Amino acid sequence: MSDVKTCACCGEVSEEQLLLQLDDVLAQNRSKEGALIPVLQIAQTMFGYLPKAALKKIALTLGKPYSEVAGVVGFYSFFSTMPRGKHLVRVCLGTACYVRGGKQVLESFRKHLGIDVGQTTEDRMFSLEVARCFGACGLAPAVMIDDDIHQRVKAARVGEIIDQYRKEKKPAKVKTQKKGGK
Amino acid sequence: MAENTTGYRYYLTLCDGPTCMQKASRTMRETLERELARLHLSDKVRILVSGCLGMCQKGPILIVNPGYAMYGRLTEEAVVRIVEEHLFNNRPVLDFIIDEDHLFNKFYRVFGDVNFFGKQMRIALRNCGVIDPESIDDYLCVRGYEALAKVLSVMTPWEVIAEMKKSGLRGRGGAGFATGVKWELTAREKSDVKYVICNADEGDPGAFMDRSAIEGDPHTVIEGIIIGGYAVGARNGIIYIRAEYPLAIKRLERAIAAARAAGLLGQNILGTAFSFDIEIRLGAGAFVCGEETALMHSIEGHRGMPRPRPPYPSASGLFGKPTLINNVETWANVPVIILDGADWFATLGTKTSKGTKVFALAGRVNNTGLIEVPMGTTIRQIVFDIGGGVPDGRRFKAVQIGGPSGGCLPEQYLDTQIDYESLTQAGAFMGSGGMIVMDETSCMVNIARYFLEFTQDESCGKCTPCREGTKRMLEILTRITEGSGTAEDIVRLERLGALIKRASLCGLGQSAPNAVLSTLRHFREEYEEHIQHKRCRAGVCQAMLSYAITDACTGCGACRKACPVNAISGTQKTLHVIDQKACIKCNNCFVTCKFEAITKS
Ligand SMILES: Cc1cc2nc3c(=O)[nH]c(=O)nc-3n(C[C@H](O)[C@H](O)[C@H](O)COP(=O)(O)O)c2cc1C
Repeated sequence: MSDVKTCACCGEVSEEQLLLQLDDVLAQNRSKEGALIPVLQIAQTMFGYLPKAALKKIALTLGKPYSEVAGVVGFYSFFSTMPRGKHLVRVCLGTACYVRGGKQVLESFRKHLGIDVGQTTEDRMFSLEVARCFGACGLAPAVMIDDDIHQRVKAARVGEIIDQYRKEKKPAKVKTQKKGGK
Repeated sequence: MAENTTGYRYYLTLCDGPTCMQKASRTMRETLERELARLHLSDKVRILVSGCLGMCQKGPILIVNPGYAMYGRLTEEAVVRIVEEHLFNNRPVLDFIIDEDHLFNKFYRVFGDVNFFGKQMRIALRNCGVIDPESIDDYLCVRGYEALAKVLSVMTPWEVIAEMKKSGLRGRGGAGFATGVKWELTAREKSDVKYVICNADEGDPGAFMDRSAIEGDPHTVIEGIIIGGYAVGARNGIIYIRAEYPLAIKRLERAIAAARAAGLLGQNILGTAFSFDIEIRLGAGAFVCGEETALMHSIEGHRGMPRPRPPYPSASGLFGKPTLINNVETWANVPVIILDGADWFATLGTKTSKGTKVFALAGRVNNTGLIEVPMGTTIRQIVFDIGGGVPDGRRFKAVQIGGPSGGCLPEQYLDTQIDYESLTQAGAFMGSGGMIVMDETSCMVNIARYFLEFTQDESCGKCTPCREGTKRMLEILTRITEGSGTAEDIVRLERLGALIKRASLCGLGQSAPNAVLSTLRHFREEYEEHIQHKRCRAGVCQAMLSYAITDACTGCGACRKACPVNAISGTQKTLHVIDQKACIKCNNCFVTCKFEAITKS
């Protein structure tokens, strides 16, 4: 995304610009069989989530009813139609983490952030999600915040972890989610 | 292990599995390079990066070859000493070697004789930790793509299929269907377009075998897929992999590009008439997409819902064309079978289950990590010999095998052999290879509830028994763990479970009740305790706990402030107490206390 124009004041790319880029993505993929899901994945990487305008455009270009596209988006947990927070907290509840107290850790995040799983804090700083296994089972319970894995997390120390991220003041950017997209 | 074998004095293998990475393999590498440069060893020592070695508990891990000295729990200090004493002065640093035994690498027959590896045998993972997964040259050095060359030059597709059938290899993705038979069925179909798919969706929580296999040795999987394509007459291969595995995806992309550049993928492979290429498709976070028909719907761009079989994918699969679908580990076995022969492969394992199986060993066990054992190994050998038993002097209680489709086996089943039939008979399931050890701190009712919550959440909603049935079962289990279960609930669970198993459309529903049914079978008394005595012997079920404050209390008052019902009293700097009658067991105090002064029992 090197040629993306960013807003000078906050570093954010406007949604209109991204929609224009989406046209290119669609042009490259429309003839491919089964293009819908790869296109949605790329779109989510670009926007950080899947805004309605993008879904409409995708439906129109691929010649699919909007309802079908929305149905696919709703089915897969990877897709989100809500903007996400700056930091994505994913608490692992894979079996090993569960056996080693992952649930208490999740509970603690819920309380500290004041949100439920799947929600984003009002200040758009944090989104909370549950994950199933990062393969860090040897270090359970594990929590992944953005791209960092925190290991052997103790429920009592969750507040400190959150504070670390609160303090970091990076300029807000359209979040490019590394997982999944290329 | 690569080009220029003469120039190097030592080869180092640094494990970059996620656990080791987290324990700072990355900074280890920087230290290593700095120290090597300092002693002018940079061009005498080659650093290889390997995928997960499976010894996560002892990471970060560094292996020095020749000699196979394995160093573990690396620290900066250890690295400095290893470079100075071992690499410069040729004296291994015994302080940091894991186990004093040396590890003799006998290639994949037996990995070595350190306890952890002694009982293991590596076929699918034979190159993991031995070669650099990002170098096709490394793979070529360990007979990489030789099997493909053999197949293309001297074997007809039917000979390949006959070899696969003779090997007795069965699918490692769960159900254990005979691989050769599946290939034959697909090969018999007449169609101008056929597909070959590698199932790398690996959705079981607690399982990471397929990811490690790909991260550690992507070319083996790719070679297997190409051979499969040749055998069934397909030109298109697809690897469907979870989006949650970014490193594995990257390694696959690189490996595919390297294979293409080397003429091993694409038009006229190795100058023959056979053309084949592979594309990667990413999953989007749905467990059920691991099921083969759902997976194909997902590739087609639909919601990932299973459909009834027949028709089987071999007759009508992706885009309605004949399709061969196998699991990552299944594919990884293929090149070995072609090279070393079906006869050799068939000598390994038990009567009905040949070869080896990879397991992800986790939970309450000393050595967590990835292991590969011959079929027929007992669970006891895995948990106690390889896994090193249960930590903290606790007692072994159960092992959960097969993920959400599997079951929990108690102590008296420890001598059960690992093979498809024995596990099913015992009430578990081979599954894809998750193995979670539990001790007395695990509540079996809670574990059953956990797995059911998972399957209920992941049920795609298409068929009613699974959608509604799992929901009702979950309600009952929740009720029991909250202390309001009744005696009839056990009967209800059994009846519902049997019904869901029989009436569901796909494997997800058909196996969803297993977690509950197997714990009911082996740990019924725990259910009864929860219901009759409102007691959870493991101290897990919140509603049945009582909280207390120990002498470790510093009187900071944090718990008092955190308690929503003012059940905690005490003045600053004195021991606080909990009013048991007022306590609502919300766990707030437990979470808040920084001194671990609050206990629950
Ligand atoms: C709910 C469900 C989930 C599954 N998940 C996986 C999976 O993650 N990986 C896999 O290889 N097979 C999975 N399977 C099995 C596949 O349907 C299929 O049997 C397998 O890919 C065939 O390959 P194999 O013969 O090599 O085992 C799953 C099956 C069910 C019913």
